[in-house]
Amino acid sequence: MELSRRRLLLGAASSLALLAAGCGSSDDSGDDTKAASTTVSDADVEAALQAGGSITVWAWEPTLTKVVADFQTKYPKVKVNLIKNGSGNDQYTALANAIKAGTGVPDLAQIEYFALPQFALGKSVADLNTFGAKSLDGTFTPGPWSSVHSGDKIYGLPMDSGPMALFYNKEVFDKYGIQVPTTWEEYAAAAEKLHTANPKSWITSDSGDAGFTTSMIWQAGGRPYKVDGTDVTINFDDDGTKKWTGLWQGMIDKKLLAPIPGWSDAWYKGLGDGTIATLVIGAWMPPNLESGVKAASGKWRVAPMPQWASGEKVTSENGGSSLAVTEASQSKTLAYGFMKYATVGDGAQSRTDQGAFPATTAQLNAEAFKSKEFPYLGGQKANEVLAEAANQVATGWSYLPFQVYANSVYNDSVGKAYTGGSTLQDGLKAWQDTSTKYGQEQGFTVK
Amino acid sequence: MVSAPTIRPQARRKAQPPATPRKRTKSWSLTAITTVMLIYTLLPLAWLFISATKTQDNLLGSFGLWFHGDFALFDNIGRTFTYQNGIYLRWLGNTVFYVVIGAGGATLLSTLAGYGLAKFAFPGRRAVFALILGAVAVPPTALAIPTFLLFAKAGITDTVWAVIIPSLMVPFSLYLMWTFSRDAVPDEILESARVDGAGEFRIFFKLAVPLLSPGLVTALLFNVVVTWNNLFLPLIMLKDRNLFPITLGIYTWNQQAQTVGGDVVFNLVITGSLLAIVPLIAAFLLLQRYWQSGLAVGSVKQ
Repeated sequence: MELSRRRLLLGAASSLALLAAGCGSSDDSGDDTKAASTTVSDADVEAALQAGGSITVWAWEPTLTKVVADFQTKYPKVKVNLIKNGSGNDQYTALANAIKAGTGVPDLAQIEYFALPQFALGKSVADLNTFGAKSLDGTFTPGPWSSVHSGDKIYGLPMDSGPMALFYNKEVFDKYGIQVPTTWEEYAAAAEKLHTANPKSWITSDSGDAGFTTSMIWQAGGRPYKVDGTDVTINFDDDGTKKWTGLWQGMIDKKLLAPIPGWSDAWYKGLGDGTIATLVIGAWMPPNLESGVKAASGKWRVAPMPQWASGEKVTSENGGSSLAVTEASQSKTLAYGFMKYATVGDGAQSRTDQGAFPATTAQLNAEAFKSKEFPYLGGQKANEVLAEAANQVATGWSYLPFQVYANSVYNDSVGKAYTGGSTLQDGLKAWQDTSTKYGQEQGFTVK
Repeated sequence: MVSAPTIRPQARRKAQPPATPRKRTKSWSLTAITTVMLIYTLLPLAWLFISATKTQDNLLGSFGLWFHGDFALFDNIGRTFTYQNGIYLRWLGNTVFYVVIGAGGATLLSTLAGYGLAKFAFPGRRAVFALILGAVAVPPTALAIPTFLLFAKAGITDTVWAVIIPSLMVPFSLYLMWTFSRDAVPDEILESARVDGAGEFRIFFKLAVPLLSPGLVTALLFNVVVTWNNLFLPLIMLKDRNLFPITLGIYTWNQQAQTVGGDVVFNLVITGSLLAIVPLIAAFLLLQRYWQSGLAVGSVKQ
């Protein structure tokens, strides 16, 4: 019930956002790919910060609380109103509603990478080239930096990043004599070995998660989405997608995946008691393990993401968020000043120190960062593995400009495949059809 | 509320069951079904209570329907009230405020309107009534976004009014009060009161309200529960954590488990939920007497 309500709401909200998208892009399609030129210099931003004012930030990222406090100490005349209400889809619904209503829009909003294109195309968030954001080239790791781009336009600054890695329960692996898999073939073999040895233990859980699926296809080389302005192509029939569905279908058929929904209490329980032995997930995971799975302290380790061919070094991004300045903001310069402080300036270090996984190369390559020992991970210097993963993210991926909606209906199309009622490849085809239909209804040219 | 009814309708007396004792027939199947229903109703509550006595670790690592490890109920309660600078208490206060103003106001409005529709003939009465019946059928969820846009125009989103004003309109409660008014307030009493020269408001408050009190309490309880449990509307309307009702607050605590770097506090979510239902249960037990008699009104042809 709750799900269907949220679904309804989300659908309504994203159609509002996209109605705006359709109109906006037809009005001035001429300069859609051309970036705005710099009109506000760094000196102007600094002057605005000194002059002071007040901005509102909608963000759920916990490390921002300290960043805001530090920022206000440094710029006492600026008041940052940090509002933490709702994460993910709740946030996007609220943002789309406020934008549609034209009141109550925050100056800055946290938006996950997969959702940013939707707000970018809807002209809900501002092109940061006005502030010379182009000069930040090289400041961020390639994965997140390309995620905030749409053509030459830059719609947000990366706040964190989620290069994928393999988190595994070493205790379970040792108990059943399982080697850490380096390829997906070995991973599938380990899955079978583990589940045969202990029918109550699975290599991982998956009951259908659009974010995970797209990240896995991304690593496998699939590029199902191609976006050029309002021209969109969706095709899950490519080789990369089939590589992943082949592997995962085999594991589903042999019932090697625990049917436990991610982020549920059962999931946290499974991570703690050995029911779920590995997670292929973004590098931001350690703080969540530390906070949510205290029982398994010392048992988990991190290894590179398994590869499709032995010796390869390819990863993809999973999750991660940007901060974006809203088009409706009356204090864009001030907002940009805070955003830069939080993502590039002192805030980047502060947030890394608090456990966030940085998107900035300076923090990522710092010796202190790499040599940090994680007591939870048995003293492992996990950032060595994770920082390397960040440098191996495959290029050329894009999300749909209506990915928030698409992800919300993923389980309607593909969900059956996880319980054996259909196949992943058929499910993805159905998802493709649903997404195509929705995109066309919103005024996109979808093929 | 029932202290001063000067006239009791004879009709209601007649509706009482006959005083002659009847032999109670035992029905095993009925007992069995009732027992199953009882267990079905109480199990989640038992789970909630038992879970609230566990620490975060034991909560996930133990069987749900029995106690395990340290009895952490009081520790959990203490942490619930102090977590995030004690915002839980503020949320609880907000909910009470929304309930008193929202549910109280809704009950008053629907009693006035229900009585008016039942006892006064005026042009367009049938149309108004049809509109209300139609409104009962429209799920509030469907109106959420339009209401938000409307309120945004009026500039009252993210204020207490955004929660209170929609809570005041409860078509179902109005319908209930219409039924109660029609059946529990005989026209003869109203007419004799008018003959005696009483004004309409005096008749309403001195005569009708006492007669309506069982129905009024039923409608009040209904409105209290709906307002107390309201999640969807505040979720859309409110951004300021300090204005959250308890439901939305607990929801955001639960959501923390699903965000990067979020603090996982399932134990506080559960303890907070347990504490949040205590006032509701208390209200039901205290008002049970009125509520039970209210349920029967209109069920017997007088």
